[in-house]
Amino acid sequence: MNDIQSELIPQHIYSVAELTREIKLLLETTIPVIWVMGEISNLKLHSSGHLYFSLKDRDSQLSCVMWRSRNMALFFTPQDGMKVLALGKVTVYEKRGYYQFDVIKMQPAGIGELQFAFEQLKNKLQQEGLFREDLKKPLPAYPSRIGIVTSPTGAAIQDMVNILNRRFPGIEIILRPVKVQGEGAAEEIASAIDEFNEYGKVDVLIVGRGGGSLEDLWAFNEEIVARAIFRSKIPVISAVGHEIDFSISDFVADLRAPTPSAAAELVVPDRAEVLNRVLQYRKRLVQNCANFIQSQRERLNSLITSYPFLRAPDLVRQYQQRLDELTHTLQLMAEHRVRLFSQQLSGLSQRLKALAPQSVLKRGYSICYRMKDNKIVTQAQMLHPADHIRVHLYQGKIAGIVEQVMED
Amino acid sequence: MAAKSFEQAMEQLEHIVEQMEQGELSLEETLAKFEEGMELSRFCLEKLNQAEQKLKKLVKTEDGFQLETM
Repeated sequence: MNDIQSELIPQHIYSVAELTREIKLLLETTIPVIWVMGEISNLKLHSSGHLYFSLKDRDSQLSCVMWRSRNMALFFTPQDGMKVLALGKVTVYEKRGYYQFDVIKMQPAGIGELQFAFEQLKNKLQQEGLFREDLKKPLPAYPSRIGIVTSPTGAAIQDMVNILNRRFPGIEIILRPVKVQGEGAAEEIASAIDEFNEYGKVDVLIVGRGGGSLEDLWAFNEEIVARAIFRSKIPVISAVGHEIDFSISDFVADLRAPTPSAAAELVVPDRAEVLNRVLQYRKRLVQNCANFIQSQRERLNSLITSYPFLRAPDLVRQYQQRLDELTHTLQLMAEHRVRLFSQQLSGLSQRLKALAPQSVLKRGYSICYRMKDNKIVTQAQMLHPADHIRVHLYQGKIAGIVEQVMED
Repeated sequence: MAAKSFEQAMEQLEHIVEQMEQGELSLEETLAKFEEGMELSRFCLEKLNQAEQKLKKLVKTEDGFQLETM
């Protein structure tokens, strides 16, 4: 009776909110952040971007919410029926008075599910063109600075440094240490790639890690890493795990190396070979230059000894000869002219002689001079009776006095 | 010299040797190319002979990037 009474008479009356807060406090403080495995059902993507679903197994189910800010980082597309591992904590939604699982991170549970997610992302990125061969950047033939994105503690970095130093002593290696597995690894890897691009002073990037389980390598299958590799201006070599495993980053990268060690072998040429090549170039330079000069010398020689060159002196001689000939001809012609002139001259002088008074006188003519002024008398009227005259004959002269002047 | 990196120097050197081997250059050009080629090869050899061990860590700071020796 008392017992019943004491139950009926309330000692402390809770409000709904109060009780709900107590339940909330109890649930939220006693259950830590935990992993839960279950199958997705009733999946709804709200227009706000938040994801609502239930995780169920054979006997029970759990309401779940994954806020937009968190579900954006999912590397796979959750689907009803998919078995997943969800990391989160229990919270109480006071308004409706029910508890739900606030999912922080979710991944497919088991190899089969991971494989499925892998194929899903691979197809998606392939369709977007992230694997296109024609978008792959060529690797530098002789990188001088190599950027590496990997764990600072693993065997991978040691192997790479050893191989790089063996193949190309003195090469600069710049490591951007990252977590390669576990919470936040993908984000770190992606931002390391971005940082190298921002830094800009490396010629090529190696992004990778040593081998491990599919889960261990998972960061390299995440979309955020794939996108960082794709947007890298610096060529990227993906070097993840052991030879048989392919990761998403292998498909996106400009070159896939089966292991970190292989990447180190691929990324630099052997220094001795390069040294040899430079020496060969030098040899060819010297050889070529010498050959060129020799061939020019020969060309010059052949020009000098060529017919036109040899003809030149000959031409001079020929002109000399021609000049001599012409001079000679000129001389002959001059002499001829002189002879001709002298002949003409003698002809003329003959004729002149013929015209001379002597020859006329010889023919019986005579010349009469008036004595007083010694003028030749050509007309009778020049004289008067008693004028003295002198008559020149062919031979000798006679003097006389004019008796009579007779005009015709 | 125009080349900044070993890679560029090697490419230029290769190009010069090929040009010379095609033999279409004048004497002046040949001599100039020879000089240039020898200089490039000296540069390459020097680069190859820098055998200092270099492993550094990329660290992003507020003032930009720093390389720390490991």
